[in-house]
Amino acid sequence: MRKKRIARCQPIGALCLLAAFFAAAPFHAARAVSNPAEMLPDRAQELRAEAIGQELRCLVCQNESIEESDADLARDLRAEIRKRVAAGESDKEVIAWMVARYGDFVRLKPPFRLLTLVLWFSPAVALAAGGIAVWFGLHRRPAPPQPLSAAEEARLKRLLREGWGNPRS
Amino acid sequence: MAWLGSPLGRRLVLTLPVAVAAVGGAAFLTLLERMKHGTYDPHAVPSPLIGKPVPNFTLPAQPPATTGISSAELVTAKRWILVNFFASWCVPCQIEHPVLTELAAAGLPIWGIAYKDTVDAAKRFLTERGNPYTRLARDETGRVGIDFGVYGVPETFLIDPHGIIRWRWAGALSDDVVRDQLFPLLRGGSGA
Repeated sequence: MRKKRIARCQPIGALCLLAAFFAAAPFHAARAVSNPAEMLPDRAQELRAEAIGQELRCLVCQNESIEESDADLARDLRAEIRKRVAAGESDKEVIAWMVARYGDFVRLKPPFRLLTLVLWFSPAVALAAGGIAVWFGLHRRPAPPQPLSAAEEARLKRLLREGWGNPRS
Repeated sequence: MAWLGSPLGRRLVLTLPVAVAAVGGAAFLTLLERMKHGTYDPHAVPSPLIGKPVPNFTLPAQPPATTGISSAELVTAKRWILVNFFASWCVPCQIEHPVLTELAAAGLPIWGIAYKDTVDAAKRFLTERGNPYTRLARDETGRVGIDFGVYGVPETFLIDPHGIIRWRWAGALSDDVVRDQLFPLLRGGSGA
């Protein structure tokens, strides 16, 4: 009994491991700002600038954030973000400044809009569709049998009356 | 869901994935075909500046021109103007150069902005290949490029007589792009 319970827990354990892996993934995000000359002297401001830069896509490489990219443009934009943070702009203002020039595409986390509804909901819709398909697959009832013909009816009656044995009697 | 059990239902369930794959495949082929003609760029980013006034800027002259370019001049010109960001170090710029030369010959004013280039290198580029630009300025730091949402060279913007950005092309202009996108806009907008 005990053994069985452990066995049943295994998939949950695997799921937890997987979840832990994905939860930890963002912390591996590397920073390209290795040049101290690029950094702001104020530690808190520098951290804010880094957080903003990590949310913005580098348009040259497109799969890296501005903070991670070595591209020339990414370096310029990092400097521009730091200039704005140092000037006292809020995170929202800095991101809005970028979006006004490069569009929603620069945001690595897309905003919730009518245009991005499909993007946000397609995983849930796919999961629901899959779930419905599996549910109906498991609960499918076989087609009801055809009604008996007159001859079959007569044979059934005879069999019930005479019993299954001694077919010759 | 009894229909799922019927022969027709079963066939429908089996053909559905095939149909989805067929539609996806057809769409993919169309994309490849458009990429071949240069009318679709998978890395292209739609510009949020379309329909907006040109960003404010003032840039110094790029020789052989002696005067720079400002956004105010783009507005007061009251003409359709093509603004082209280019650089001598950029290979696609060399590829699109003949297309710009043709457009200039057709009478479209093209204002060139040398992007992150040195004065001498840009000047040499224009001397060697010809100068299709009516006005020339240089954006040495690329700061004005950022205000235009430029993320590479070449990039080309079509400005209407009111100083509104009507069109942007990121990448080398080709005859196909000019015929299918630029000309319809110019014909529709100026009535010519």
